[in-house]
Amino acid sequence: MNRQSDGNREQASRLWFQETEIAALRHDMLRFARLQLRDAAEAEDAVQEALAAAYATRDRFTGRAQVKTWVFSILRHKIIDLLRDRTRHPTQSLTRDDGSDAEINELFDAKGYWRKEERPTNWGDPEAALGNTQFWRIFEICMNAMAENLARVFTMREFLGLETAEICNELEISESNCWVILHRARSRLRLCLEENWIKSE
Amino acid sequence: MLNCKKATQLMSQKQDRLLSMKERTSLRFHLLMCSGCRNYNQQMALLSVACKHISGEEPEKNIRGSK
Repeated sequence: MNRQSDGNREQASRLWFQETEIAALRHDMLRFARLQLRDAAEAEDAVQEALAAAYATRDRFTGRAQVKTWVFSILRHKIIDLLRDRTRHPTQSLTRDDGSDAEINELFDAKGYWRKEERPTNWGDPEAALGNTQFWRIFEICMNAMAENLARVFTMREFLGLETAEICNELEISESNCWVILHRARSRLRLCLEENWIKSE
Repeated sequence: MLNCKKATQLMSQKQDRLLSMKERTSLRFHLLMCSGCRNYNQQMALLSVACKHISGEEPEKNIRGSK
Protein backbone atom coordinates (compact mmCIF):
# COMPACT_ATOMS: atom_id res chain seq x y z
CA MET A 1 0.00 0.00 0.00
CA ASN A 2 2.91 2.25 0.83
CA ARG A 3 4.52 1.54 -2.46
CA GLN A 4 1.26 2.40 -4.18
CA SER A 5 0.98 5.77 -2.43
CA ASP A 6 4.67 6.48 -3.06
CA GLY A 7 4.00 5.84 -6.71
CA ASN A 8 1.09 8.23 -6.66
CA ARG A 9 3.14 10.90 -5.02
CA GLU A 10 5.93 10.47 -7.49
CA GLN A 11 3.49 10.78 -10.36
CA ALA A 12 1.86 13.78 -8.70
CA SER A 13 5.20 15.55 -8.41
CA ARG A 14 5.82 14.97 -12.08
CA LEU A 15 2.44 16.50 -12.87
CA TRP A 16 3.04 19.52 -10.69
CA PHE A 17 4.55 22.52 -12.43
CA GLN A 18 8.16 23.45 -13.00
CA GLU A 19 9.27 26.82 -11.68
CA THR A 20 9.00 28.52 -15.07
CA GLU A 21 5.53 27.10 -15.54
CA ILE A 22 4.50 28.32 -12.09
CA ALA A 23 5.63 31.82 -13.03
CA ALA A 24 3.45 31.79 -16.15
CA LEU A 25 0.52 30.32 -14.27
CA ARG A 26 0.85 32.88 -11.47
CA HIS A 27 0.91 35.66 -14.05
CA ASP A 28 -2.37 34.42 -15.58
CA MET A 29 -3.96 33.91 -12.17
CA LEU A 30 -2.93 37.34 -10.93
CA ARG A 31 -4.41 39.01 -13.99
CA PHE A 32 -7.64 37.09 -13.44
CA ALA A 33 -7.79 37.96 -9.73
CA ARG A 34 -6.72 41.59 -10.10
CA LEU A 35 -9.34 42.37 -12.70
CA GLN A 36 -12.06 41.18 -10.38
CA LEU A 37 -10.84 42.20 -6.95
CA ARG A 38 -9.26 45.47 -8.09
CA ASP A 39 -6.88 45.23 -5.20
CA ALA A 40 -3.35 44.04 -5.91
CA ALA A 41 -2.62 42.80 -2.38
CA GLU A 42 -5.89 40.93 -2.07
CA ALA A 43 -5.34 39.38 -5.51
CA GLU A 44 -1.84 38.29 -4.52
CA ASP A 45 -3.17 36.59 -1.36
CA ALA A 46 -5.96 34.82 -3.21
CA VAL A 47 -3.55 33.46 -5.83
CA GLN A 48 -1.08 32.32 -3.19
CA GLU A 49 -3.80 30.50 -1.25
CA ALA A 50 -5.21 28.88 -4.39
CA LEU A 51 -1.78 27.60 -5.40
CA ALA A 52 -1.11 26.26 -1.92
CA ALA A 53 -4.50 24.52 -1.81
CA ALA A 54 -3.93 22.98 -5.23
CA TYR A 55 -0.44 21.83 -4.26
CA ALA A 56 -1.78 20.16 -1.14
CA THR A 57 -4.16 18.05 -3.22
CA ARG A 58 -1.79 17.49 -6.15
CA ASP A 59 -1.88 13.68 -5.94
CA ARG A 60 -5.46 13.73 -7.25
CA PHE A 61 -4.47 14.92 -10.68
CA THR A 62 -4.09 12.76 -13.71
CA GLY A 63 -2.89 15.37 -16.18
CA ARG A 64 -1.34 18.79 -16.60
CA ALA A 65 -4.36 20.46 -18.17
CA GLN A 66 -6.40 19.22 -15.24
CA VAL A 67 -4.03 20.91 -12.77
CA LYS A 68 -4.49 24.29 -14.39
CA THR A 69 -8.27 23.87 -14.47
CA TRP A 70 -8.24 22.82 -10.83
CA VAL A 71 -6.06 25.72 -9.70
CA PHE A 72 -8.30 28.17 -11.50
CA SER A 73 -11.43 26.66 -10.06
CA ILE A 74 -10.02 27.03 -6.54
CA LEU A 75 -9.15 30.63 -7.31
CA ARG A 76 -12.60 31.23 -8.75
CA HIS A 77 -14.22 30.01 -5.52
CA LYS A 78 -11.94 32.18 -3.42
CA ILE A 79 -12.85 35.23 -5.47
CA ILE A 80 -16.57 34.46 -5.20
CA ASP A 81 -16.17 34.25 -1.40
CA LEU A 82 -14.29 37.52 -1.27
CA LEU A 83 -16.86 39.26 -3.46
CA ARG A 84 -19.66 37.85 -1.30
CA ASP A 85 -17.97 39.26 1.77
CA ARG A 86 -17.80 42.65 0.12
CA THR A 87 -21.46 42.51 -0.82
CA ARG A 88 -22.31 41.90 2.81
CA HIS A 89 -20.20 44.85 3.86
CA PRO A 90 -20.59 47.19 0.92
CA THR A 91 -18.50 50.31 0.76
CA GLN A 92 -20.71 51.75 -1.93
CA SER A 93 -24.09 51.00 -3.38
CA LEU A 94 -23.87 48.43 -6.16
CA THR A 95 -27.15 49.34 -7.74
CA ARG A 96 -26.18 52.96 -8.13
CA ASP A 97 -25.51 53.72 -11.74
CA ASP A 98 -22.36 55.56 -12.65
CA GLY A 99 -24.13 58.28 -14.56
CA SER A 100 -25.74 58.33 -17.95
CA ASP A 101 -25.48 56.34 -21.13
CA ALA A 102 -24.46 59.49 -22.94
CA GLU A 103 -21.21 58.08 -24.25
CA ILE A 104 -22.99 55.08 -25.76
CA ASN A 105 -26.04 57.01 -26.96
CA GLU A 106 -23.81 59.36 -28.92
CA LEU A 107 -22.80 56.48 -31.17
CA PHE A 108 -26.30 56.40 -32.65
CA ASP A 109 -28.33 58.91 -34.62
CA ALA A 110 -31.76 60.10 -33.56
CA LYS A 111 -33.40 57.01 -35.08
CA GLY A 112 -31.05 54.62 -33.27
CA TYR A 113 -28.80 53.72 -36.21
CA TRP A 114 -25.00 53.87 -36.08
CA ARG A 115 -23.56 57.22 -36.98
CA LYS A 116 -21.33 56.62 -39.98
CA GLU A 117 -18.06 57.41 -38.19
CA GLU A 118 -19.04 55.33 -35.16
CA ARG A 119 -19.96 52.16 -37.03
CA PRO A 120 -18.21 49.15 -35.42
CA THR A 121 -15.22 48.00 -37.42
CA ASN A 122 -14.02 44.54 -38.30
CA TRP A 123 -11.58 43.42 -35.60
CA GLY A 124 -10.09 40.78 -37.84
CA ASP A 125 -9.02 37.30 -36.91
CA PRO A 126 -10.01 36.52 -33.30
CA GLU A 127 -7.14 34.07 -32.85
CA ALA A 128 -4.69 36.78 -33.82
CA ALA A 129 -6.25 39.21 -31.35
CA LEU A 130 -6.00 36.72 -28.49
CA GLY A 131 -2.32 36.23 -29.28
CA ASN A 132 -1.63 39.95 -29.46
CA THR A 133 0.01 41.47 -26.36
CA GLN A 134 -1.27 44.93 -27.27
CA PHE A 135 -4.84 43.61 -27.24
CA TRP A 136 -4.40 42.28 -23.71
CA ARG A 137 -2.69 45.44 -22.49
CA ILE A 138 -5.60 47.57 -23.70
CA PHE A 139 -8.13 45.00 -22.49
CA GLU A 140 -6.78 45.31 -18.94
CA ILE A 141 -6.68 49.09 -19.11
CA CYS A 142 -10.30 49.15 -20.33
CA MET A 143 -11.43 46.72 -17.62
CA ASN A 144 -9.78 48.82 -14.95
CA ALA A 145 -11.37 51.97 -16.32
CA MET A 146 -14.84 50.42 -16.05
CA ALA A 147 -16.97 51.79 -13.22
CA GLU A 148 -16.95 49.53 -10.17
CA ASN A 149 -20.66 48.69 -10.25
CA LEU A 150 -20.52 47.66 -13.91
CA ALA A 151 -17.28 45.73 -13.49
CA ARG A 152 -18.64 43.80 -10.51
CA VAL A 153 -21.58 42.39 -12.45
CA PHE A 154 -19.58 41.92 -15.64
CA THR A 155 -16.79 39.91 -14.02
CA MET A 156 -19.24 37.77 -12.05
CA ARG A 157 -20.93 36.90 -15.33
CA GLU A 158 -18.00 36.65 -17.74
CA PHE A 159 -15.07 35.60 -15.57
CA LEU A 160 -16.77 33.58 -12.86
CA GLY A 161 -19.44 32.24 -15.21
CA LEU A 162 -22.35 32.85 -12.82
CA GLU A 163 -25.87 32.92 -14.23
CA THR A 164 -27.65 36.29 -14.11
CA ALA A 165 -30.21 34.81 -11.70
CA GLU A 166 -27.42 34.03 -9.22
CA ILE A 167 -25.84 37.44 -9.67
CA CYS A 168 -29.03 39.37 -9.02
CA ASN A 169 -29.71 37.21 -5.98
CA GLU A 170 -26.26 37.92 -4.67
CA LEU A 171 -26.41 41.65 -5.31
CA GLU A 172 -30.12 42.03 -4.66
CA ILE A 173 -30.90 43.61 -7.98
CA SER A 174 -33.57 42.58 -10.49
CA GLU A 175 -32.62 40.30 -13.35
CA SER A 176 -33.63 42.86 -15.96
CA ASN A 177 -31.44 45.40 -14.21
CA CYS A 178 -28.64 42.86 -14.41
CA TRP A 179 -29.11 42.54 -18.19
CA VAL A 180 -29.04 46.32 -18.56
CA ILE A 181 -25.82 46.56 -16.52
CA LEU A 182 -24.20 43.78 -18.55
CA HIS A 183 -25.13 45.46 -21.83
CA ARG A 184 -23.69 48.71 -20.54
CA ALA A 185 -20.48 47.02 -19.41
CA ARG A 186 -20.00 45.18 -22.71
CA SER A 187 -20.73 48.34 -24.72
CA ARG A 188 -18.15 50.31 -22.76
CA LEU A 189 -15.52 47.60 -23.00
CA ARG A 190 -16.13 47.24 -26.74
CA LEU A 191 -15.97 50.99 -27.32
CA CYS A 192 -12.81 51.31 -25.24
CA LEU A 193 -11.11 48.60 -27.31
CA GLU A 194 -12.35 50.06 -30.58
CA GLU A 195 -10.94 53.46 -29.68
CA ASN A 196 -7.69 52.46 -28.03
CA TRP A 197 -6.71 49.22 -29.69
CA ILE A 198 -8.14 49.31 -33.22
CA LYS A 199 -8.10 53.01 -34.02
CA SER A 200 -4.65 53.57 -32.56
CA GLU A 201 -2.97 50.73 -34.43
CA MET B 1 -38.30 47.43 -37.36
CA LEU B 2 -35.27 46.86 -35.19
CA ASN B 3 -32.74 49.69 -35.12
CA CYS B 4 -29.02 49.28 -34.32
CA LYS B 5 -29.34 50.48 -30.76
CA LYS B 6 -31.98 47.89 -29.96
CA ALA B 7 -30.02 45.26 -31.90
CA THR B 8 -26.96 45.82 -29.67
CA GLN B 9 -29.14 45.24 -26.60
CA LEU B 10 -30.32 41.94 -28.03
CA MET B 11 -26.76 40.93 -28.95
CA SER B 12 -25.82 41.43 -25.33
CA GLN B 13 -28.90 39.77 -23.86
CA LYS B 14 -28.64 36.67 -26.02
CA GLN B 15 -25.55 35.88 -23.93
CA ASP B 16 -27.58 36.02 -20.74
CA ARG B 17 -31.05 34.78 -21.57
CA LEU B 18 -32.97 32.92 -24.24
CA LEU B 19 -34.33 35.42 -26.72
CA SER B 20 -37.93 35.05 -27.86
CA MET B 21 -38.62 33.75 -31.35
CA LYS B 22 -39.64 37.24 -32.42
CA GLU B 23 -36.46 38.78 -31.03
CA ARG B 24 -34.29 36.17 -32.71
CA THR B 25 -35.98 36.64 -36.05
CA SER B 26 -35.78 40.42 -36.01
CA LEU B 27 -32.13 40.34 -34.91
CA ARG B 28 -31.21 37.87 -37.64
CA PHE B 29 -32.98 40.03 -40.20
CA HIS B 30 -31.24 43.17 -38.96
CA LEU B 31 -27.83 41.50 -39.10
CA LEU B 32 -28.38 40.49 -42.70
CA MET B 33 -28.67 44.12 -43.67
CA CYS B 34 -26.32 45.90 -41.27
CA SER B 35 -22.55 45.43 -41.53
CA GLY B 36 -21.92 47.61 -38.47
CA CYS B 37 -24.00 45.31 -36.31
CA ARG B 38 -22.43 42.23 -37.89
CA ASN B 39 -19.05 43.59 -36.79
CA TYR B 40 -20.49 44.34 -33.36
CA ASN B 41 -21.69 40.76 -33.13
CA GLN B 42 -18.20 39.46 -33.93
CA GLN B 43 -16.68 41.86 -31.41
CA MET B 44 -19.04 40.55 -28.70
CA ALA B 45 -17.99 37.00 -29.56
CA LEU B 46 -14.33 37.94 -29.24
CA LEU B 47 -14.90 39.65 -25.87
CA SER B 48 -16.65 36.56 -24.61
CA VAL B 49 -13.79 34.29 -25.68
CA ALA B 50 -11.24 36.72 -24.24
CA CYS B 51 -13.00 36.56 -20.86
CA LYS B 52 -13.00 32.75 -20.94
CA HIS B 53 -9.33 32.84 -21.84
CA ILE B 54 -8.57 35.02 -18.80
CA SER B 55 -10.58 32.65 -16.64
CA GLY B 56 -8.11 29.88 -17.41
CA GLU B 57 -10.25 28.06 -19.96
CA GLU B 58 -8.72 26.84 -23.18
CA PRO B 59 -9.81 29.02 -26.09
CA GLU B 60 -12.26 27.46 -28.50
CA LYS B 61 -11.08 26.85 -32.01
CA ASN B 62 -14.07 28.32 -33.79
CA ILE B 63 -15.37 31.67 -32.79
CA ARG B 64 -18.79 32.28 -34.21
CA GLY B 65 -20.65 35.51 -33.92
CA SER B 66 -24.15 34.14 -34.03
CA LYS B 67 -25.85 31.57 -31.90
